[in-house]
Amino acid sequence: MGPLISNDIISSNTNFLFAFLIGIGFGFILEASGFSSSRKLAGVFYGYDTVVLKVFFTAAITAMIGLLFMSLFDWIDLDLVYINPTYLYSTIIGGVIMGAGFIIGGFCPGTSFCAASIGKIDAMFFIGGLVIGVLIFVEGYPLWEGLYTAKFMGIPTLSEKLGLKDGVVVLGVIIVAMGMFFVGEWAEKKFPQKEY
Amino acid sequence: MNASKKRNPKKYINPYLGGVILGLVLIAANFISGRGLGASGAVKSVVVASVETAAPKHAENTAFYSDYKESHPKGPMKSWLVFQMLGVIVGAFLSGTIFGRLKLKVEHSPKITSKRRIIFAIIGGILFGFGSQLGRGCTSGSALSGMAVLSYGGFLSMAAIFGTAFALAYFFRKNWI
Repeated sequence: MGPLISNDIISSNTNFLFAFLIGIGFGFILEASGFSSSRKLAGVFYGYDTVVLKVFFTAAITAMIGLLFMSLFDWIDLDLVYINPTYLYSTIIGGVIMGAGFIIGGFCPGTSFCAASIGKIDAMFFIGGLVIGVLIFVEGYPLWEGLYTAKFMGIPTLSEKLGLKDGVVVLGVIIVAMGMFFVGEWAEKKFPQKEY
Repeated sequence: MNASKKRNPKKYINPYLGGVILGLVLIAANFISGRGLGASGAVKSVVVASVETAAPKHAENTAFYSDYKESHPKGPMKSWLVFQMLGVIVGAFLSGTIFGRLKLKVEHSPKITSKRRIIFAIIGGILFGFGSQLGRGCTSGSALSGMAVLSYGGFLSMAAIFGTAFALAYFFRKNWI
């Protein structure tokens, strides 16, 4: 049955309509959870507010479990779902640069748009920065093309890498996430900060 | 300890409930459109479209743009992520309206100035913009959506982003605490 677009159940224009509706859900939840505040987002790195950790990992395990069961019931063919390819070096170095951007700028791209749409001026400047950063990448592409395409590993899943069944990996992630939620709740009590 | 009791009354939803709903939205994206959520890809579409419009000659003569054009025959703006990001802006605005959080302001720690906050926001944005292109996706596109489909790259990306931010947190603590 799913994905609906790959099985021609919906047209590509309908798919764009769904993209818009899914975006509304995405933006609403991010804002309603507090992701429109850079000080709440950055809180996870100092322990005073771990909302990022809780929302991010709850969403990840919910989606993992959902997709796993839907695939077991044959409701969705996961072979038709896009899985990002792994290029070892660019994934890690790109991630490191993004991590620096996160602690310096206080947002990630999605959250900056949420914050800007409710009037956060710092988020609008962050978006300006994003545009400059993307433009630098695009314009200077030949300079980092080698790094960008190095160490292509195909599109492996974590389960393939570990030689475990998907279900076992999902269970492992759930256990790790529960541990992190526990630490998060503890940290919020240990390092309280006022909200502004 | 008093600080936690004196929380502002503005209500955010329970983070675990928010996470479950976000997870369901992510499942819907995969079920309907066969892909996850994202954000930085839409910025790239806008950048490519702007350059193609503002400097068509330059875009024609640069390999990156011609390759992009070939892989996106309908034009950079007719992309799933562009429509999704328009939705994000609407959705966040709706939530901000409902919970009474619409307000033009620079949010920053009382220990730093607005100017300092804005300078750091721009630098952070540049780094995140560049990193998201090199890493083929940001926190939502690569890390969250990747993890949902158990992508190895998704887990790596998540570890690199959060690991680095944690490692650098000490040096930028003045901005936040």
